[in-house]
This record gives sequence, C-alpha cells and structure tokens, in this order.
Amino acid sequence: MSLIELQEVVKTYGSVKALRGLNLSIPEGCLYGLLGPNGSGKTTTLRILSTLLEPDSGQVHVAGFNVLGNPRAVRTRLGFVAQDIALDKILTGRELLQLQGDLYHLRSSVKDLRIAELTARLDMDSWIDRRCGSYSGGMKRRLDLAAGLLHQPKVLVLDEPTVGLDIESRTTIWNLLRELKSLGTTILLSSHYLEEVDVLADRMAIMDNGRVIAEGTPADLKKELGGDRITLRVQEFSDENESEEVRSLLSSINEVSHVVINRSQGFSLNLVVDDQNVLPLIRQCLERAGFSIFSLSQSRPSLDDVYLRSTGKTLMDAELELAGKRDVKLESKKAMR
Amino acid sequence: MTGSIEFPTSEPASQMQLASFTQETLALTRRLFLQLARRPSTLIAGVLQPVIWLILFGALFSNAPEELLPGGMSYGRFLGAGVIVFTAFSGALNAGLPVMFDREFGFLNRLLVAPLISRSSIVLASVIYITATTLIQCFSIMAMASFLGYGWPEPGGLLLTVLTLVILVFAVTAISLGLAFSLPGHIELIAVIFVVNLPLLFASTALAPISFMPAWLGWLATINPLTFAIEPIRAAYGGSVDLHTVLIHAPYGDVNGFGCLAILMGLSIGLFFLIRPMLNRKLA
Ligand SMILES: Nc1ncnc2c1ncn2[C@@H]1O[C@H](COP(=O)(O)OP(=O)(O)OP(=O)(O)O)[C@@H](O)[C@H]1O
Ligand SMILES: [Mg+2]
Repeated sequence: MSLIELQEVVKTYGSVKALRGLNLSIPEGCLYGLLGPNGSGKTTTLRILSTLLEPDSGQVHVAGFNVLGNPRAVRTRLGFVAQDIALDKILTGRELLQLQGDLYHLRSSVKDLRIAELTARLDMDSWIDRRCGSYSGGMKRRLDLAAGLLHQPKVLVLDEPTVGLDIESRTTIWNLLRELKSLGTTILLSSHYLEEVDVLADRMAIMDNGRVIAEGTPADLKKELGGDRITLRVQEFSDENESEEVRSLLSSINEVSHVVINRSQGFSLNLVVDDQNVLPLIRQCLERAGFSIFSLSQSRPSLDDVYLRSTGKTLMDAELELAGKRDVKLESKKAMR
Repeated sequence: MTGSIEFPTSEPASQMQLASFTQETLALTRRLFLQLARRPSTLIAGVLQPVIWLILFGALFSNAPEELLPGGMSYGRFLGAGVIVFTAFSGALNAGLPVMFDREFGFLNRLLVAPLISRSSIVLASVIYITATTLIQCFSIMAMASFLGYGWPEPGGLLLTVLTLVILVFAVTAISLGLAFSLPGHIELIAVIFVVNLPLLFASTALAPISFMPAWLGWLATINPLTFAIEPIRAAYGGSVDLHTVLIHAPYGDVNGFGCLAILMGLSIGLFFLIRPMLNRKLA
C-alpha cells in the first residue's frame, strides 16, 4: 500500500503553473527521492503533503488520509522538515524540541526520552542547551530534523535536507535516514543532488516543470538508458552552429543515439553508443567532414543523463534558465500566512 | 488501514482534547515568556516611557491653580489614570508583533504543520501573554504614581481598575492581532503602531479634561475608547467606585461607569468577532 499518493495534482500561483497534473505514489517503507531542478515544483509538492498548501485540484493522501478532508490525521502521522529552517533564535535547541513535543501532545516522559535519544543520535549534546541563534547551518539542520522526528512519524517528508551542508552533517543525516528506513519509516526527500538520490533512494522520480518525467529505481532508470555515455568536443569552445553540424553528422550513424548539445558545457555533445566499436566510426565520420576530436570521455549512464534524456537539458541548464526568472523574495513574501 | 492501527480511537475523548489544548496553549505561552525573560527591553521601555510622562507632565502643571481641574484634583493624580491606560494601550498594541515575526520567519508554519487541537491556541497564548505583561507594566506605573504621591485606589477601586484594564487590553490585542495577520510585514505593523499611539492619547481625556478642549476635540475624546477606560480608573483613584455616577459629559449624552465598561466590553467582543474570519482564513 502506498503511504503517499498524489493524483493529477494541479497548483498555480497566480499565472505561474507550479504543478501541472502531478502523479506520485510512494510505497510503505520506501526511501523515495524527488529529483528536480530549481523551480520544478518540489517544494510546492511537499508543502501540499504537509497540509500547508491546498492543491487547486487533484487527490492527495498521506498514510491513507485525505490532506483536505482530514488534515489533523495527516499532521499527527507526518514529520515535515522544511526547506527554510525556521528556528526561534532566542530559545535553546532543547526548548525548541520541548515546544515541538507539546505541539504534538507527547506525554512529558515520552518527550524527555525522545529528546535525549535524538540528541545523542544526532550528536547534539554539546550545544543543545545553547540558543539557536548561535548555531551553524549544520547544527540548525540537525535540530530541525530532530524536531521533525520527535513524534516518531510514520511518514517523513524532507525538503532538500542536506543542501549547503558540510560533509560530516550530511553523512550524519544520510545514515539517520537509512536507519529510519530500516525501522519502517516511509521517507520522501527532495533534492537537486543527483548523487544524493542515487546513493540514498530506493525509488525516485524526476520532476520537471510541475510534472514527473521519469520514475523508477535509480538502477532501472540508468539501465533503461543503456549503452555508454560519451561526451565529445571538436574544439575547446564550440559555437551553436558548429555543434549543430556535428550533431547531425553523428545522428546519421546507426549505432549512435540520443545526441544532445550540452549548452552549459561550451556546446559539447552528449551521446549514447551501443558498444565500444563505434568509436572509430565516429572518428572517421567527423574527420571526413573536416572535424577533429578535441576531447572525448566515456562513462556509464548516470542520473544526470536520465535528466538530460528526458528534458533535453542538463540539470544545470534547467537551473540557470529558471534562476533568472524567479523572484525568491517575492515568493517567500507570498508564501507567508 | 495502517494509519489507524496505532491510534485505535480516531478522535480522542473530549477530556483528552482539553488536556491537549491546554498543553499546546501553555507551551506557546511559555515560549513568549522565555523570549521576554531573555529580551526584557521592550517590557522595560514600555514602563520607562510612561514613568517619564508621569514625572515630566506632573511637574509641568504642578503649580497650576488648585481649582483648575474638576473636583479640585491635583494634576498629578488626574494624569495618573491617563498614563496607566496609555501604558496598557501601547503595551497591548504590540501584541501582534511576535505573531508577525513568526509569519515572516516561517515559524508559524511549524505551528501549522503540527496537529494542534485548535489553532485558537496560537491566539490564546498571545492574549494570555500580553494581558500578563501589560498588567505587570501597569502595576509598575501605579506603584510609581503612588510613590510620587498621586495616590492608590481602595480595594474596590483596584478591582475596577484591573477589570477596566483587562477589557481594554483584550480589545487592543484583537486589533493588533488582526493587523498582524493582514499587514504585509513588521515594518508596516510598527508604522501603524507608531502612528496610532500618540494621537489616540492626545485625543482622549488622559492629559486634559474635556472642558479644556475645543468642541471638535471634545467630540473625538468622548468617542475614543481610551476615554472609556481612563474615566472609571480616574474615578477609582478619586475614591468612587459607584458605577452609576456619570463619568463623561459627552455632547451626545452622559455616560456613567456602567456605560464605560459596557462600551469597552462591546468593543472587545465585537473586535474578536470581526477578526475571527480573518484568523480562520490565515490559520485554516
Ligand atoms: N509563493 C509563490 N508565489 C508565486 N510563485 C511561486 C511561489 N512559490 C513557488 N512559486 C513558483 O512555482 C514554481 C515551483 O516552485 P517550487 O518552490 O515548488 O520549486 P522547487 O522545485 O522547490 O525549487 P527549489 O529547488 O528552488 O527549491 C516556480 O516556478 C516558482 O517560481
Ligand atoms: Mg524547493
């Protein structure tokens, strides 16, 4: 049975379509990665799951309960770790956890026990009684995570929980998530780190522009792509026309597929080859047309390739494209309740 | 259904609900007091300002002719009631600030994601906190006024004073919370507080009786809620707690002590009803 279920979810902010018919189904006990570039709608999706935001249309269920029909039942079963960490600077970490425990109506003994457990588990002993205002990014993240876990939720939703963290904090969080999963917690985490989803997730979905464009286990998604990835340049920096020309040349070779121009990498070309023997063929074909190969690298398919394949853009491209269009300050102002 | 196995009764009994509601309200109130204990400057400033008024204004008119004020009251004693009410008013006007900061910094989201029994606990915590702190401020002012020789009410008068202040604080808290949920940010909220504060003081009977004022200002003063709080407290300081006594000779008619309290009470209840739909929407 799936513990998180979204069907045809649509959400618009004024004229911006943030979600355009999103479908997602996350089985019980799964650690699920939601991968997507900036602005693809990850936070919007997770805020809908947390009951902070209402979808315009579509069905949303968490732990079997409708988020609109029975939000309180959802809230008791859900741990939510938001993208923007909101702590109270004046309270100590412990006081924040105590407040959190009271908001979830934990009995006093359970509350203290859980705080002690999580403090030990997340290595917070030495600073938990200091005020939150003095914490580093990693400390804030860990405290925020502890707050989300205090009531032992069945379902844990985390919005880019490791962004900008030092390696130590990141490893601590990764290990904790694996441990929670082994204890049966269903976890959904968003990320725009491919590696993170690749290492951590059992299953994953790639989001782009408010939709899921690929879904499966990381291994399946990569296998589906088949073949080896080749990145090729005919010059250190090509221009658009030259790359286009090379692209059509390469596309004419039978054993070559999915030739894409990577605009963020100096118009280099990404392509997929069926087997090793194609390389000499490529070389010949280019030389005949008067091109020489400046550089060529070969690799097994990665998740970045999945993204590139599904959207025709690399993740980086997608981010750059959106970065210019967004007014983050205005968005957070509008998201204010 | 997996979800319901852990929680065999889908809705806890009403007694448990009450206990949970108390738990969340107390926790939210405790947070506000912790903030206050660690940052007492606003509380202290809220006392210092009226104390300075009390001393300076009291001194300014100390040589005024005896029979100047109605009943031959000294100006200091006259002023005392005004300054006490001003303290309560400006203290309660700040009620919305913590809420506004929680909205801006996203802390409110933490509360909204939690399975609160009722989100009125957020409002209730603010009301408890601001009532307690403004009363502390008012008592400091009253102690100061008594130290300056401006008197101290009889037990009955003290009760009337506290009652009047509490009703006023409720009304002003409602306004401030309403603003905190409708204005875009704390800068706007502080601007409104700043603009509203002094004019309301001057257009009331805090500093001078209506007989001193031109007709138009007298009109304003007799519809100003502060006046309805000031006059009962002034009467209490003058030794009278008879609510039948006419306290305000307004151009539209006489208002006695009962009238003052009823108007304040009506205002308070009315304002909470007025902001309710908005709170429901913002906290839905
Ligand atoms: N409050 C808002 N008001 C208006 N537009 C918004 C608001 N929040 C998000 N958007 C827009 O909706 C789209 C999806 O945004 P969302 O925050 O869900 O993306 P995201 O995948 O979480 O991005 P990021 O990786 O930057 O966190 C974007 O185009 C964004 O500009
Ligand atoms: Mg986001």
